[in-house]
Amino acid sequence: MCLAVPGKVVEISEKEPILMGKIDFDGVIREVCLEAVPEVKLGDYVIVHAGFALNVLSEQEAQESLQAFRELDEIENNLTYNTDLDSDS
Amino acid sequence: MRYLEEFRDADLVQKVLSRIHNTVKNPWVIMEVCGGQTHSIMQNGIDQLLPDNIELVHGPGCPVCVTPLELIDKALAIASLPGVIFCSFGDMLRVPGSSTDLLKLRSQGAQVKIVYSPLDAVRIAQQNPDKQVVFFAIGFETTAPVNASSVLYANKLGLQNFSLLVSQVTVPAAMHAILGSTDNRVQGFLAAGHVCTIMGYHQYHAISKRYGVPIVVTGFEPLDLLQGILMAVVQLENGSSQVENAYSRLVNEAGNIPAQKMLNDVFEPCDRNWRGIGMIPASGLCLRKKFARFNAEEHFELADITTKESEICIAGHILKGIKKPTQCPAFGSLCTPQHPLGATMVSSEGTCAAYFRYASVKQE
Repeated sequence: MCLAVPGKVVEISEKEPILMGKIDFDGVIREVCLEAVPEVKLGDYVIVHAGFALNVLSEQEAQESLQAFRELDEIENNLTYNTDLDSDS
Repeated sequence: MRYLEEFRDADLVQKVLSRIHNTVKNPWVIMEVCGGQTHSIMQNGIDQLLPDNIELVHGPGCPVCVTPLELIDKALAIASLPGVIFCSFGDMLRVPGSSTDLLKLRSQGAQVKIVYSPLDAVRIAQQNPDKQVVFFAIGFETTAPVNASSVLYANKLGLQNFSLLVSQVTVPAAMHAILGSTDNRVQGFLAAGHVCTIMGYHQYHAISKRYGVPIVVTGFEPLDLLQGILMAVVQLENGSSQVENAYSRLVNEAGNIPAQKMLNDVFEPCDRNWRGIGMIPASGLCLRKKFARFNAEEHFELADITTKESEICIAGHILKGIKKPTQCPAFGSLCTPQHPLGATMVSSEGTCAAYFRYASVKQE
């Protein structure tokens, strides 16, 4: 139920009584409600649940998480534990 | 960056897994709250890759599974009425009520439609002004804003023929109920990433402090789940009980404020019955009085409903993490996704369905 899928914003429309847009899910385009992400821009990635964008994805945070995973070996080799994985801290 | 395959990278998964194996010293029981996470864990075989002394138990985060039988019977009663188009997410159609289900009703001529979004149900109401269109608004906090937006949208359009049958529940109340139970086994939580996308995670600090459990906000891809498990295990081994975020590309402490505003405009907290678990105080959301005209329970006069649960089904124990599906005598024989006895076997998020579908589970 809480399944949500990332997609790219390709159109923003203010014609309807609520903020709507079109999202490209890897070739499949669907209309999605953008009311909860009023700051969204064309080209942004949002995560969509039941035709509703829950939030905008942060590329910077995603890259930092992936980088932390890549560096796990070095951390392992140094035999020192740290909490780099928690990119939020 | 497409935010999918990057978080399924086999080499990185291996790195995080080996870190988990090197970290864990003691046996731990960790619950993933969300049914979507349960399915990802089973589908990707993550439970098979973990050290034997990490036990994952599966939480009640499956809205289809916890929607009370009484509301399903109400849905069936409303869907049977002439002049009604009853709209629902597909998962609900096969969930057994006391005597039938929505799919059988549809085969008998009732107008039951599967929709992808409650906003699609609003459009159906717009196109069918001579029909009453009812949407079965089930869900956790992830779904509450879109359900709320359907009411706000219908209100702006001035629709008189659209209503919700609401079964909205909330995660923190369920975590309190599980941790406060005398038979609780859970020592750490993976909090549901998409619920936290909306609500943030500030409300979990009090839970983690009160019960002394680590809570890690976790996503749905293999790397997300393993990162969440690793962070929980590190805390458990260190005797720590903090709230941490393993899903920072989407979740922040405060959550999505515009979404919360929509939710709060339309809904207010109320007590809710959870199927298989029972009544949990302040564990749900109901329509505010100013939106009462969108409340299907007030709109339709229904006869008294007497519910009847299966006597064999152990879904309640499964939803609380006390038992596994393989401990149920009906699992895979009397109870299958085609002929389910309980909702946990139906939903794409139900634990029993996950075990049935991805069969290579560790035997108890």
